[in-house]
Amino acid sequence: MTMSPPVPGTPVAYQDPVRQALARRTARRNAFVGMASLIGFTVVVALLVTQTPGWPAVQETFFSPEQFADSLPGLLEAFMLNVRIFLIAEPLILVFSLIIALTRTLRAPIFLPLRVLATIYVDVFRGVPTILVIFLLGFGVPALRLQGVPTDPVFWGTVALILSYSAYVAEVFRAGIGSVHPSQRMAARSLGLSVLQTNRFVVLPQAIRNVVPPLLNDFISLQKDTALVSVLGPIEVLRQAQIDASSTFNYTPYVAAALIFIALTIPMTRFADWVQGRMARRQRAGGVA
Amino acid sequence: MSGLSTRRILFPALALASVGALLAGCAQEPSATTATSSSAAAPAESATAAPSEAASSAPASTEPALDECSKENLTLVTPGTLTIGTDTPAYPPYFVDDDPSNGQGFESAVAYAVAEGLGFAQNEVTWTVVPFNKSYAPGDKDFDFDINQISITPKREKAVDFSNGYYTVNQAVVALNDSPIANATTLAELQAAKLGAQVGTTSLDFITDVVQPADKPYVYNDTNDAKSALNNGQIDGIVVDLPTAYYITAVEIDNSKIVGQFPAQEGGEQFGLLFATGNPLVACVNGVLDGLSASGELQAIQDEWLAGESAPYFTE
Repeated sequence: MTMSPPVPGTPVAYQDPVRQALARRTARRNAFVGMASLIGFTVVVALLVTQTPGWPAVQETFFSPEQFADSLPGLLEAFMLNVRIFLIAEPLILVFSLIIALTRTLRAPIFLPLRVLATIYVDVFRGVPTILVIFLLGFGVPALRLQGVPTDPVFWGTVALILSYSAYVAEVFRAGIGSVHPSQRMAARSLGLSVLQTNRFVVLPQAIRNVVPPLLNDFISLQKDTALVSVLGPIEVLRQAQIDASSTFNYTPYVAAALIFIALTIPMTRFADWVQGRMARRQRAGGVA
Repeated sequence: MSGLSTRRILFPALALASVGALLAGCAQEPSATTATSSSAAAPAESATAAPSEAASSAPASTEPALDECSKENLTLVTPGTLTIGTDTPAYPPYFVDDDPSNGQGFESAVAYAVAEGLGFAQNEVTWTVVPFNKSYAPGDKDFDFDINQISITPKREKAVDFSNGYYTVNQAVVALNDSPIANATTLAELQAAKLGAQVGTTSLDFITDVVQPADKPYVYNDTNDAKSALNNGQIDGIVVDLPTAYYITAVEIDNSKIVGQFPAQEGGEQFGLLFATGNPLVACVNGVLDGLSASGELQAIQDEWLAGESAPYFTE
């Protein structure tokens, strides 16, 4: 037992050894019941699935180890295109959407045209299917045959994703800005901060902290939607999976592609959790006094 | 305390029950949208204007598996009806007006000739939409056979059964008249070009395996997208099967031409009808196809719907 008696005057709460022992026992039993339940559940589901009459066919067409090994190298190579599109699009989306969100919060009457434009932009690009934007830019703009305008499908596909996702993310930012209590803004203004300074130092830091999870949501969605660019011709990971699948009549390459996506999203989610936890700790640290 | 553990067990149990229900629900998938050919709109005379109507069934009846192939004994998705699948849109020259049930176009005519050989009247044939990707899905098929310009390959035969080939196809390159490869005559000249093809086609395999260009091929969902990219100058040429190439250059894209066709690979590439693995219907359909081929009816349908093969061959 490593129990030390509580020292008066320190902020450590008094801990009753009997209650602690009880809590430990309960925790142990809970962990045991939880694990047993999880294992039992997994076994029962696995048995149920593998006992179905069609399971051998499903296993061969979706989970074939040979197909998996055959297609993985090509898929990883094709995935580099998704990563490239994603890395270029994501920062630009953050910048554009923040500008749009801030434009929509402008209050001065002189900014009405800007506000209207930003509102129309968000309404239109959130409402139009992303695939149409991609087709329109990727096949439509090159068809205009303008001098000096690129015809590269990856370029236009990325632009289309940026346009489409900026509309969604702008609304996320706007929600974040709306979540900051008005008294914060008033207090900052009464301290003599300008509108810009208020946004920069008071509103946005709090707003962004509040919207990290939904932002991450949109970016994971963006990662997968990079596959839409393939309709214009370039081979990215999902297209490569489709090519492999249709030449072998086997769906395992799709499963392999899904695993590649998951391998990227899970670390990203954990990272975002960590960032958010750190921000929350800092916020609390300032407010304990 | 016991209340706590009960709740802990209750959740997995509930989840388990819902998974079970899901599995049961998936077991029997309802059939896809079907497009029944109306008996009034029977296929045009021209579709079956073969040398002799009787000729098609006569050789088939000499097949050994006569009894199993009589109409009453066939194992069909819908008894009494022959259910044929194809993708939508159905492209010319294989189908006309995106309507497989009109008997026009090469594959529609072949399908109706096979149906007739099996003893089905035109109004006993039902068409169902089968996207290419779905045609090889595991589980019960909702068609008796699928006809969709599907090339027979050994890899694919692991997942489905094919009939004998009903058409031997060559691949060809289509380009705009002002394309850098418009006058190419050798494979080497194609290697520097940006080539496109539809996903899942042997045309695409031809680019990667035979042409082996420096650039990766551009891959499209369907031929229409490939044509857009060709028109826009985003790619230098597209690879399609020769009949499609004739149709594109003659009807669809004005200033385009067939640059050339590829010499057939060993054994040749053949279109086959796609069946569920182990479907006994394959033998009967093969009997009918052999008959159609022997009587010259298959060739007559081909001559009617597919243009000749006069395009120049690429050389090494």
